[in-house]
Amino acid sequence: MQFMLLFSRQGKLRLQKWYEAHPDKLKKKITRELISTILARKPKMSSFLEWRDLKIVYKRYASLYFCCAIEQQDNELLTLEVIHRYVELLDKYFGSVCELDIIFNFEKAYFMLDELMVGGEVCETSKKNVLKAIAAQDLLQEDEIVEMALRDMGLI
Amino acid sequence: MSSIKQVINDAVEKGKEVYEKVRQPNPIRLRDLIRQIRSAKTAAEERAVVNRECAYIRLTFREEDSVWRCRNVAKLLYIHMLGYPAHFGQMECLKLIASPRFTDKRIGYLGAMLLLDERQDVHLLITNSLKNDLNSSTQFVQGLALCTLGAIASPEMSRDLAGEVERLLKSSNAYIRKKAAVCALRIILKVPELMEMFLPATRSLLSEKNHGVLITGVTLITEMCLQSPDMLAHFKKIVPNLVRILKNLIMAGYSPEHDVQGVSDPFLQVKILKLLRILGCGDSDASETMNDILAQVATNTESSKNVGNAILYETVLSIMDIKSESGLRVLAINILGRFLLNADKNIRYVALNTLLRVVHADNSAVQRHRSTILECLKDADISIRKRAMELCFALINGNNIRTMMKELLTFLENAEPEFKATCSSKCVLAAEKYSPNVRWHIDTLLKVVEAAGNHVPDDVVSSTIQLISETRAEQAYAVGELWRHLSVAQLEFQPMIQVSTWCIGEFGDLLLNGQADVTVEETQIIEIYQKILWSSQCSITTKEYALTSLMKLSARLNQEVGSIQQVVSAFGSHLNIELQQRGIEYSQLFTRHNHMRGPLLERMPPFEGVRGSGTEGEKGGVAITNGLDNSPDNQSLLNDLSSPNNNNNINSTHENNESNALLLLLGGIEPGEGDTVQASTSPATSTTNTTPAPRSTVNADILDLLGLEPGPTAPSSTTTTSTSPAQLSHTNNSSSPALLLDGLLNNTPSTTTTTTTGIAPLSTPTANSTTLPTNNFIIPQSLSQPSVPGIVAYDKNGMKLDMTFEVHDSVTTINMLATNTSLAQVTDFLFQAAVPKSLQLQMMTPSSTSMAPSATLTQVIKVNNPSKVPLRMRMRLSWQANGSVVQDQGEISHFPPALWQ
Repeated sequence: MQFMLLFSRQGKLRLQKWYEAHPDKLKKKITRELISTILARKPKMSSFLEWRDLKIVYKRYASLYFCCAIEQQDNELLTLEVIHRYVELLDKYFGSVCELDIIFNFEKAYFMLDELMVGGEVCETSKKNVLKAIAAQDLLQEDEIVEMALRDMGLI
Repeated sequence: MSSIKQVINDAVEKGKEVYEKVRQPNPIRLRDLIRQIRSAKTAAEERAVVNRECAYIRLTFREEDSVWRCRNVAKLLYIHMLGYPAHFGQMECLKLIASPRFTDKRIGYLGAMLLLDERQDVHLLITNSLKNDLNSSTQFVQGLALCTLGAIASPEMSRDLAGEVERLLKSSNAYIRKKAAVCALRIILKVPELMEMFLPATRSLLSEKNHGVLITGVTLITEMCLQSPDMLAHFKKIVPNLVRILKNLIMAGYSPEHDVQGVSDPFLQVKILKLLRILGCGDSDASETMNDILAQVATNTESSKNVGNAILYETVLSIMDIKSESGLRVLAINILGRFLLNADKNIRYVALNTLLRVVHADNSAVQRHRSTILECLKDADISIRKRAMELCFALINGNNIRTMMKELLTFLENAEPEFKATCSSKCVLAAEKYSPNVRWHIDTLLKVVEAAGNHVPDDVVSSTIQLISETRAEQAYAVGELWRHLSVAQLEFQPMIQVSTWCIGEFGDLLLNGQADVTVEETQIIEIYQKILWSSQCSITTKEYALTSLMKLSARLNQEVGSIQQVVSAFGSHLNIELQQRGIEYSQLFTRHNHMRGPLLERMPPFEGVRGSGTEGEKGGVAITNGLDNSPDNQSLLNDLSSPNNNNNINSTHENNESNALLLLLGGIEPGEGDTVQASTSPATSTTNTTPAPRSTVNADILDLLGLEPGPTAPSSTTTTSTSPAQLSHTNNSSSPALLLDGLLNNTPSTTTTTTTGIAPLSTPTANSTTLPTNNFIIPQSLSQPSVPGIVAYDKNGMKLDMTFEVHDSVTTINMLATNTSLAQVTDFLFQAAVPKSLQLQMMTPSSTSMAPSATLTQVIKVNNPSKVPLRMRMRLSWQANGSVVQDQGEISHFPPALWQ
């Protein structure tokens, strides 16, 4: 996978993950171009788009579009499953996720994606394992906060 | 002294106060910033919030505030996502990464992945932090470092950290091992030489139970095999292992951890299938080993959901790529056939795409699904229709062409404009290749031209004409059919009229002598031609075809020659330069050079050479445009110079052979005339007339024939100025062509608009039209009235709008001629106009909405101006070129005052 974009029906970018290096300017151009192309597509059209030398796979979940750019030899039907898996994970984590969850906790959404995929490749196929890893890392952060508070109060 | 000190101290105090005010004690939280930004009503308001916050964040960064660094970087990342610059946060991310706290590291690495990429030179700094964290004792810190490395590793980082990654690839912790495998993948992508060092550790990844490690391991091996033939050979021996893993996956019972809608770990299955494909490609032994499991996957996978189909799709690709048994290949194609019937459009799309890839390998297997594929031509989804169309053309052969073409013609008729051009070109190619007989071929081409309406590309028009021209036996039939079309024709479809008029012009005698299975009166023909020639729906190009065709008919008809002469000479005052030119030239053939008319209008020799396809067709198309419908450019100026040879126009519609034809025709002219022409030829080239040697360009011939030295003509052919007096006298001095040229130049308004002595400017044709011998009975009245000079209303962005005017009482008729001066195809052309309230505006339908490069369209605009106020017009233009929409608007205020005075 070359990159993944999440954007709203209004065309606002909600998350971007690039696995190929591009200058910022190009990233913005690509994002703009894809958002407008995809938003202009009718609902009865297929989820695939041939774009430059890549295949774009996108799917809409409520008000959010999930859009992935994959290479020619990649499996577009499976990419839909990857997107779905990501949505399921977010849903489990936030408890029926909505766009606002992703806006206000965008960093958490990134963390989740990073546990599912590294460098554009799926690296964990078990939902349980992903959620376990995220929970453990969240716990690490909480421990640090408690520790800091205790230190501030001079208790340790 | 002390007072100065006092002042300085005061100033410092004051500065501190201001500073304290600016600097809030605690930075606002990320959540609050997001809320603030979201509550901004306008873009400007949002920008203000962001700028204020960015200024503040910069300040804290400068102060090296480490307490709030994490929060500030997180806010900056949000701002970055909104599209604002955030590069100044790069160094802060690195500082966060170096912090001992996990929270800092988590945000720091996130920021590094978002703000840095492999081209940044800060990499030197991050490499050190990564190295430390890869050796951390906390698995999640190692995980963060691996994840970052996997996303942004540059070649330098790859070299520096390959050792660490290799070590982690052997870690006992599956969480680390799977991420290390993806990092190794990234590293060998960046630096292929490093592949060797990962080999031993990679092999052991497959003996793993953990699916995360398995999938990343398979992915890594896949990449190694793709990159190096040695690796490919090395990993052949793991085929049985892969087969076993796959077997376990599909045979094992339900495992909640990896189940996706009843399918066990589709992600892993697909990866293994893909690796099997690479290992089995061109290797019969490996293929043999995997045949069974592929068959099992193909038959056992549940196909009611997308996930099952994802696996089946991958299986089909593998079966088609390896040396599989023929039964298995049929099974694979049948899976795709089933896909075509699936309710899910994504699956139908994938099926068509895949069939398109395998159709050349297994044509007969795909043929079995022809009817399903034909059904897809009617699909609601445009991309599916497009694929289906391509696939249909790939499936056409000699046996099925009749049925396939029937379906494709129905498709073509109802297709979106964007399909019509490609589809009609492909129909022509297919018909060319597989036509059962010539009659069918001609019928098909005519149906294509008819079905595609105005979207027929030029090459289709020219190949149709060429086909009819070269099949003598069917000319009578074709011309009869075309007459049937033309007599009921919708004048809005130009290509059909062009083909019809060309053929009727060439073979009109067949139409009249009863060979053509229709009974036609000469008057009917003239009637239709008048309709075409004076229709506002017909493009200039079409009228050019029609006029030349009509001229040709003057040598084919018996009774109506007089009416033809009247029609033709009426064009001597037409507003379009080319038509006017032809009108005048042709009417000369009725009067002064009547004896030449018959021989000059002889039937063209059949075209030779490759028909229709590829560049040949293109060339033909271009030649038509250049030869017939252009404003004063290079070629038409040359045409003007060569006007004594009226056949030049007829011939110039078709390149190459046309120059030969020209010479042939000239050769056929009776001795007296031949002398005239020969005398005009300069000594160096005097042989060209008698020996029709093929020449490289038409222009050269024309120059030769004119007897003009290349020297003096060359400059005039490259500029837009008309023939200079010097040149006129030059031509006058040479003996016989002077006669011809003289006659023409005296009567012809120059075809160029720039003024030169001795030649009336084009825009006032009336002065000349009085000198025309015949009365123009069919010219609309307005044409013969004093007309007003035209204007250029717009000339930008590759679009030129010329306006010419006819005034009739209070109504001004504006004939707008739009020319596509760009090199791109223009579609969806839309011209909108508004006039002041006291005027009424009526817009007619344009002759077309799309233009090929350098093609034109016309639109008539009527303005009723009862109170005779100065005419002004606001216009808005839009069209599509190169896939993007061009829009412009403006005001036209330079209308000639003669319109309202």
